[in-house]
Amino acid sequence: MGEKVLIKGNIAIARAALDAGLQCYFAYPITPQNEIGEFMSKEMISLGKTYINAESELAAINMVIGACATGTRAMTSSSSCAIALMQEAISAMATAEIPGVIISVMRSGPGLGNITASQGDYFQATKGGGNGDYHTIVLAPSTIEEAVEYTHRVFHLAWKYKNPAMLLADGFLGQMMEPVEFKHYNFGEIDSSDWELSGVGEGKNKRPPRKLVSLHMAGDDLPVLNRKLQAKYKTIKEDEVLYEEFMMEDAEIMITSFGTVARTAKGAILKLRENGVKIGMVRPITLWPFPEKVINKWASHVKMVLDVEMNEGQMAQDVKAAINCAVPVEILSKTGGDIIKTGDIIKKVTEITNYVGIN
Amino acid sequence: MNNKQKNIIVSGFGGQGVLFLGTIISQAAILEGKNTTFIPSYGAEMRGGSANCYVVVSEDEIASPIFDEGDFGIFLSKQALEKFQNRISKEGLVIADSSMTGEDIKRGDLKYFFKPFNDLIVGGNQKLLLNIVVLGAVIKKTGILMKENVLKALEKVSSMKKPEFLDLNIKSFEYGWSLV
Repeated sequence: MGEKVLIKGNIAIARAALDAGLQCYFAYPITPQNEIGEFMSKEMISLGKTYINAESELAAINMVIGACATGTRAMTSSSSCAIALMQEAISAMATAEIPGVIISVMRSGPGLGNITASQGDYFQATKGGGNGDYHTIVLAPSTIEEAVEYTHRVFHLAWKYKNPAMLLADGFLGQMMEPVEFKHYNFGEIDSSDWELSGVGEGKNKRPPRKLVSLHMAGDDLPVLNRKLQAKYKTIKEDEVLYEEFMMEDAEIMITSFGTVARTAKGAILKLRENGVKIGMVRPITLWPFPEKVINKWASHVKMVLDVEMNEGQMAQDVKAAINCAVPVEILSKTGGDIIKTGDIIKKVTEITNYVGIN
Repeated sequence: MNNKQKNIIVSGFGGQGVLFLGTIISQAAILEGKNTTFIPSYGAEMRGGSANCYVVVSEDEIASPIFDEGDFGIFLSKQALEKFQNRISKEGLVIADSSMTGEDIKRGDLKYFFKPFNDLIVGGNQKLLLNIVVLGAVIKKTGILMKENVLKALEKVSSMKKPEFLDLNIKSFEYGWSLV
C-alpha cells in the first residue's frame, strides 16, 4: 500500500475484489473483461480460494447464489449480452434476499454487438431484465481508482442489504491503465449469522433450519415480502446515493453523464469554462439508487440540461423524471463503439447555447 | 497545445511492441510524479493486425483519457501513418520509422521526424529492440519525460516481466537516443 502502480482496470477490479474478501469466483469468459478471470485463475488458486470457469453464464450466476446463500463472499464478472443471460437469477437473488456481486464491463449492443466500449446497459443494470419489483444496487466508476473503491463498496452494500449489487464499468475502464494506490477500505463489519445457510449444527447447539427461497406460494407471503423489499429499497435510496457535482455553483447548463464518458465531459467543461460558458455536471455514481434529489435541486438553477451518454439516452429518462419538466433536456449520444470526444460535447453545447440564448 | 498535458498516439503492427512502448511512457510518467492514462486497442482491432494505444501524460489531473487530437504521433507502420496523421494537433510532431512508413507527408502544419529505425538496426546487424530504440528517439526528441525516469521504468517493467531483457532494453534505448 502507499505506492502508485500502473494497472489495467480489469485487473484492478479483480485485485480489489480479493482485498474485499472474495472467496469464490465463478464466470464464463467474454471480452472486454477477460483479464478479471485470467487474474483470478492464477491468484485464487494460489490463495487456496475457489475459481471455477463455469460451463455457462447461467451456471456461473447460480453458483454465486449457492455460495452466497452460505454467507460466502462470491462474485461473477461478465459483459452485456452475457449479463443478459443472468437476469432471471438476479431477480431470484433479490427475492430470496441473497447478496452477491456482479461485475459488468459493458460492450456494444444490442444483441451480441461487438466488443467496443459502450454504456448501452444502463437499462439492463438499473431496470433489470429480471421479473418483478426488484432492484439491483448499481455503482458506476469513472476512474480505475474509483473502480477499486467501488468494488469494495459493492461487496459491502450487497451484504449490508442482502441484495445483488453490481459494478458497472465500460470496455475503456476495463482495458485502460492508470496509476492506482490500493487502499484499505473499512465500511464496518456485517453480521450475516442470522440468515446464512451455515448448517443447523448438532446437539445442544442445534438451531432451527432456515430456507432462502424465491417462490412464495402461500397466502399473503408474496405481498408481505414485496412490502418488506420495498421498505428496504426505500432505506437504500435514503442512505446510499452517491454522486459528484462538478462546477455546478454558477452553472447555466448542467451536464448529466456517468462512467468514463463523464471524464470526457469534464474535459469539455474545463475548456468551455475558459471561454466563459457557465457549465457544470452532476455525475451519478450510484445509478440505482439514482441521485434524483440533487438533479432536481439543480434543475431550478439551470436553463438547460445536456445528457451525455454512450447509448441512446438511457439515463436521460431518469434525468427527465428527476427534473420533472423544469427545463429542457438535450441528449448527446453515440453508440456501437462510436466514441464521444471532448470536441463533440463542445460543439453540442455551442449549438444549444445559441438557441436557448445563454451568453 | 496544452503545455501541461501531452497526448500521445502510438500505432503500428501487432508484435512490434507498440503497447509496451506506451506502457513504458506511462510507467515513467508515474516515476516522474505525473498523472497518466493508457488506453490500448483491444480485441477485433488487434486481431486485424494493427495495434494502437493512446497515452496521456499530464501535470494536472487527467479529465479525459480519450482525446480528440494527439500532440505526438509515434508510427511504426504505413497504415498507422496514413490513419493517424490526421489526428495530430496543429504544430504537433510525428515520429515515424520511415523504413516501415515511407515519408508520406499529408499536412503542412505538422512537424515530421522520419528515421529508418528498422533498417538501421537490421543494416547495422545490431540485436536491438525496435520499439525501445524508437522510445529512445521519442524521449530525446520530445523531452516529455526525463531520460533517467524512462530508464528506471524500463528497469521496473523488465524486472517484473523479463529481467534477462533489461540490458538489451537499455542498449536499445541508448541507441535510439543517439539517433536524434
